[in-house]
This record gives sequence, C-alpha cells and structure tokens, in this order.
Amino acid sequence: MATDNRPLSPHLQVYRPQLTSVLSISHRISGIVLSAGSAIVVVWLLALAAGPETYGGLLEWLGHPVGLIFLAIWSFSLFYHLFNGIRHLLWDAGWLLDLRGAYASGWTVVALSLLVTAAIWGGLL
Amino acid sequence: MAQFRLPKNSRIGKGRHFPAAKGARRTKTFRIYRFDPDSGENPRIDSYEVDLDQCGPMVLDAVVKIKNELDPTLTFRRSCREGICGSCAFNIDGTNTLACTKAIDDIKGDVKIYPLPHMPVIKDLVPDLTHFYAQYASIKPWIRTQSPAPPDKERLQSPEDRKRMDGLYECILCACCSTSCPSYWWNGDRYLGPAILLQAYRWLVDSRDEATGERLDDLEDPFRLYRCHTIMNCTRTCPKGLNPAKAIAEIKKMMLSRRSL
Repeated sequence: MATDNRPLSPHLQVYRPQLTSVLSISHRISGIVLSAGSAIVVVWLLALAAGPETYGGLLEWLGHPVGLIFLAIWSFSLFYHLFNGIRHLLWDAGWLLDLRGAYASGWTVVALSLLVTAAIWGGLL
Repeated sequence: MAQFRLPKNSRIGKGRHFPAAKGARRTKTFRIYRFDPDSGENPRIDSYEVDLDQCGPMVLDAVVKIKNELDPTLTFRRSCREGICGSCAFNIDGTNTLACTKAIDDIKGDVKIYPLPHMPVIKDLVPDLTHFYAQYASIKPWIRTQSPAPPDKERLQSPEDRKRMDGLYECILCACCSTSCPSYWWNGDRYLGPAILLQAYRWLVDSRDEATGERLDDLEDPFRLYRCHTIMNCTRTCPKGLNPAKAIAEIKKMMLSRRSL
C-alpha cells in the first residue's frame, strides 16, 4: 500500500485555542513586537541626533493615533514578555507545573501586564 | 520548518449526511473526518445524526453505533472501552482525548471528531503511529543494569522509591499529549514529544535502573528534549490526568544538576 501520499490530519485548523497555547504563542509574538520596538529606539536616537526639527517630526508621527496604538502594544508587550518570562523561570525551577498553577499564573500575568500598561499610560496622559 | 497550512492533498472537502432513523426524538450530529486511501480523493467531513435515546453515554458508543447502523465503512481503532488501552484516542470537540471516557453530554453542539492532529492518516480516524512507536523504542524503555541480579529474589524497591513512579507508570501511550503539542507538530521528526519524554523520566527515576547517566546523555540534545517550551497543552489534554510537562521539567532539572556537580 502506498504510504507516501497519506494526508496530514488537521492541527491548528481544529485544535481548540486554550490559555496554555495562547499565552505561549503570545510570548513569541510579544518578543517579535519588542524587536520591532527596539528599531523605534534607534530611529528615536537618530532623530534626536539630527536636531530639533527632525525630532519634533518624529514626536508628531508617534503622537498620531496609529503611532500611539503601536506604542501601547509595544508597552504591553514589554510587560507581558517580562512577567511571562518570570513565569517561565518559575516553571524551569519546577514550580507551578500543574494545571492549576499554570492557569492561575497565566491569568495573573495577563492581569498584571494590563494593569501596569494602564498605569504607565494613565501617568503619561 | 513549521508549515501552518495543510498540504494540498490534506485539505478537507464536504462529505455526505446521514439522517437519524424516523421517530428519533433526541438526536445529536456527529461530524467525523473521513479519508479513503483507495478513492484518491481528499479527506471529507461526513455528518451523522445519532438518536441519543438509543445510544450509550460515551462518544465511543456513538461512533460504534454509527459503524453498526449508519455507515459500516467508518474506520477507527478501539478495544477496551474503559480508558486503559489507549486505542480510541481522537481529537474530539477540539482537544485530544479517549472516545471511551468522553461523555457525549459534556459536548455542546455538534460533536466534531478528527484523527489525532498533525499525523499521517492511514484511513478515517486511524493515524500512522510508526514514528511515535519508533521514538518510544529509542529511549530503551526497559530496565538497564550493570550489577548482577540477586540470585534468590527480584530486584527490590522500597515503597518510597516505588512512589516516585506514581503519575508516570499509568501512561497508556495513547499519544493524545504528543499530538496536542505544537512543538511536536512542527518538530516531531526530531523532538521526542511529551508522551515519550514522560516515559523517559519514568526510567530515569526508577531506583532499579542503573543507566541514568546514559539515558540523560541520549536526551541531551537541542531537539529530543529541549524543543519543549512549556506550552502545557500536553497536561491540559491527558485523558489519564497525568502531567507530562512536569516530567519534562524534571528531566531538564536533572540535566542542570548533573552539569553543576
């Protein structure tokens, strides 16, 4: 019987999203956002070096709603990646490695990241 | 490299509908993945209406009833019907579990049944587990010793040492956890996956085994062990309530502690 043409059973297409997998992929995505964000830091430094006119232009661009949305996502990513990174360190030490621990710590990380992001923006605006 | 879309020959088409017998009052629809290797066609989803008043409580009862009464071509593995053989592991209602221990009443809406995810499909709900079993064989799942066995009795173990294997020896190798793991989906060719690593840990903590060092050497590999990123889909889905994620973390800890000695 031919075995090379066997179909692959569906995976992402059918597997139910759940806290375990969603937080895991969010950790990667937030890491990618942080990399993109570090490019902004470079641009910010360049603009700073180029003089007040360029710098003012950049601030205007970042103050645009699209820029603000990106900054908000960036700051949330920072805190999420930080707190979830701590969660990973605890896991690597052998703690919280049951379903209850994983769910409780997962929701805690989400809540903390939202809270701190909101606090930062509340202080800034 | 991870490929997120299904290959062309694996995309799922529309199938046939089998209505319930007349007079059925309490029906539920079962939407089941079908693939016929002889037809040359792509997989499809067939739907079956099952009369719950004439059916046992578990998903497996319904699947057996469908095969007996609606469509004898439906193909699946089953044996013990009580959660000990691990044959009837499917993706049911979005997560992997044993059809024989999953109650139909626990599922809202239609019951969707697929083969275990990201596996080559032989027919319908029957995946090819050859690679999974080969990975199991690769960890040498038997006792390995250097010292001669006592001449007059078995190799004994204290109750405390025996206790360390609780939560490990119960694994029935149904492959629910490994096929729930995205890391295993993308790197299953080299990553051993949660089920096999839990088994590896079962031999690592067995006080009678004398090959702990070699076993750890064999696992010290960026793929075999360290593709585990603590996603914990494995623990979430295990139909026996075991914790492969914890077992893998313990192996990683053993690796660290022997390095710092």
